[in-house]
Amino acid sequence: MAEVKNFLKEIISLPGLSGYEAPVREAIARHWEPLVDELQVSRLGSLEALKRGRGTEPRHSILLAGHMDAVGLIVTQVKGRFLRITDLNGVDPRVLPGQPVVVHGRKELHGVVIQPPDNLVEDHKNRAPFGIEELYVDVGMEAEELEELVHSGSMVSFATTPIEMGEDILAGHTMDDRTAVAAITYCLEILRKRIHSWDVWAVATVQEETAYAGAYTSGFSLKPDLAIAIDVTHAKGPGTSEKSIPDLGKGVALGQGPNVNRGLYDRFKKLVEELEIPHQVDVMASHSGTDAFALQVIRGGRASMVLSIPLRYMHTPVEVVSMKDIRRVGRLLAEFITDLDDTILEELQKEVEA
Amino acid sequence: MKTKAEIEASLPQLKDEHVQLLKRLSNASGVTWDEGEIRSMVLEQVKPLADDVKVDVMGSVIALKRGTGTDRLKVLVAAHMDEIGFVVTVDDGDGLYQFAIVGGVDVRQLPGKPVLIGKNRVPGVIGARAIHLTTAAQRKEAIPLETLRLDVGEGKVEVGDRVVFATEFWQTERSLFGKAMDDRVGVVTLIEMLKNNPDNIDLYAAFTVQEEIGLRGAQVAAYNIEPDIAIAIDATPAFDFPSEGEKENVTYRTRLGDGPAIYVMDGATLSDPRLVSHFVHAGNEYSIPFQLRQAGPGGTDAGAMHRQRAGIPSISISVPNRNAHTAIGVVYKEDWEHLLQLLHAGLSSINPGILAQER
Repeated sequence: MAEVKNFLKEIISLPGLSGYEAPVREAIARHWEPLVDELQVSRLGSLEALKRGRGTEPRHSILLAGHMDAVGLIVTQVKGRFLRITDLNGVDPRVLPGQPVVVHGRKELHGVVIQPPDNLVEDHKNRAPFGIEELYVDVGMEAEELEELVHSGSMVSFATTPIEMGEDILAGHTMDDRTAVAAITYCLEILRKRIHSWDVWAVATVQEETAYAGAYTSGFSLKPDLAIAIDVTHAKGPGTSEKSIPDLGKGVALGQGPNVNRGLYDRFKKLVEELEIPHQVDVMASHSGTDAFALQVIRGGRASMVLSIPLRYMHTPVEVVSMKDIRRVGRLLAEFITDLDDTILEELQKEVEA
Repeated sequence: MKTKAEIEASLPQLKDEHVQLLKRLSNASGVTWDEGEIRSMVLEQVKPLADDVKVDVMGSVIALKRGTGTDRLKVLVAAHMDEIGFVVTVDDGDGLYQFAIVGGVDVRQLPGKPVLIGKNRVPGVIGARAIHLTTAAQRKEAIPLETLRLDVGEGKVEVGDRVVFATEFWQTERSLFGKAMDDRVGVVTLIEMLKNNPDNIDLYAAFTVQEEIGLRGAQVAAYNIEPDIAIAIDATPAFDFPSEGEKENVTYRTRLGDGPAIYVMDGATLSDPRLVSHFVHAGNEYSIPFQLRQAGPGGTDAGAMHRQRAGIPSISISVPNRNAHTAIGVVYKEDWEHLLQLLHAGLSSINPGILAQER
């Protein structure tokens, strides 16, 4: 990876809606290929990369999961010269009017989301936002042309181009969770020059936004001893009143809550302090909303951890992240993996029992 | 005066050079009171074409192209250079700024948009609270301007900087997509008219400022030029959506693909009926598609021009623009071509006799 920012700009610009991740997967595979020993694609489409450790067989393994699927829209109806849409996986309709999109029809069609005038929609309160089912996508075509190319079920991606807001700050769509893929890639680059005894499974998971399907299935088939989900977390910013949530650019957010093993959390906390990596706590009262939700419990369960990258305006086309935070997560992962030895699993178990 | 055959032979076609110039102008920044970038691009284009070019006290560009015939009408054609946008008002620290809206922008068009700020085009975004942190009830209310911020990350901007949507123009086979189609389509159209001018008239091309906040540039330009007739070229909203259920769409205003829109009446002007008849006749005579814009609110530079001095017979002829006053408008190329042709045919066949008719 030449540079985190360039890598990220490349992969957020590629489509990969939940269930349709192939375009971005191919690009990630190209970047990972020189960094790992084996690459495979799971039955659901996750990219699974193995970097072997130096320990004696049978070796333990750790799984790093960053989901590559994107939020977006799906066509519900072709209506004359326009498309009706709904969201695939969690988009606030209030951010949609005026957004550039790509409709993945028989051809890729560039268009824009349009809100109708208030007076054209029955029972609509003047100046109120429109529901997603009242919005249109306009690709500037005549009805006959459109019918040939698009159908109910055609996928729609955001098409906002990446926005550089200084050296360190990048904005764009699908930072959730391609930033995690960038952090894992950064980790793999560091590991190339390191000796580690455990096997490392780097996994770009699919369908996180809809069902954690990639994490469940790779967690099952790869049988990792430890699992770490890397994801984004809400950062302080306009629209958030919460005082305690993590701050953009201020360091790795350590996930703290039920989807995380307490002993593993303590080890990461100790490690960031030793390494003087800026960090903050990402308190997760219940569900973490990350792949750890699945990885922790699949196939008999295991100790899991969540590392988060603070991000503003989640699930909008202008998600904002700091490159520093991504590199910090990547470095922390590499240091943790380098330190893994034969005793940690037993120790963690003892701590659970204590 | 040219014959019908001569006029037919001189009707302009939409060329790639028009689209490329529109692309440059659409991507450039020119929020009201900050039209400088557009003005210098316009000056660069019109100086080699016009007999006389000046910039008036407001900042509008006035270019004169004289005709060659006798008994020439003095025709003012206006297209506005300015666009809707925003202005930075308060520095909240930490790369966050409050801002105000310039011109008629629906606040529902703001969340989740990239923007460019000030002369240095500093990139920023207007964010929105993550969906995860909102309730279903909150999502039924528009996000108020007071809670939105410009976020520039590590960038540096100043209070008073003007702000545009950071839209990059693109085209498809049939359509053009970009910001400020209102009224950069008009600006390119007017430049083309200077290039291929109807030589039976003296053409005063006014590239006006401050249209979006009340037609102010045109007011001054029309007074100073004192033309016989005035035409505003603009982009007009097209709300041409399908009807839903029993509710018929009776306020579509214009439809994409039906041709340039001749105005009879809008919120600011009753067009001169002689000019309406003349351009309708020209469209029919030369088989150029056109539509009559549905009466309704809104206004163009004609609203200011028609009541200057003792009165100036005026009309607006506009290109239909879907999703106007947002980050991305949509225009059909064929409508633009027909606009170029209708203006050319109409003006090439106009003479002072039109004003001798009773209004």
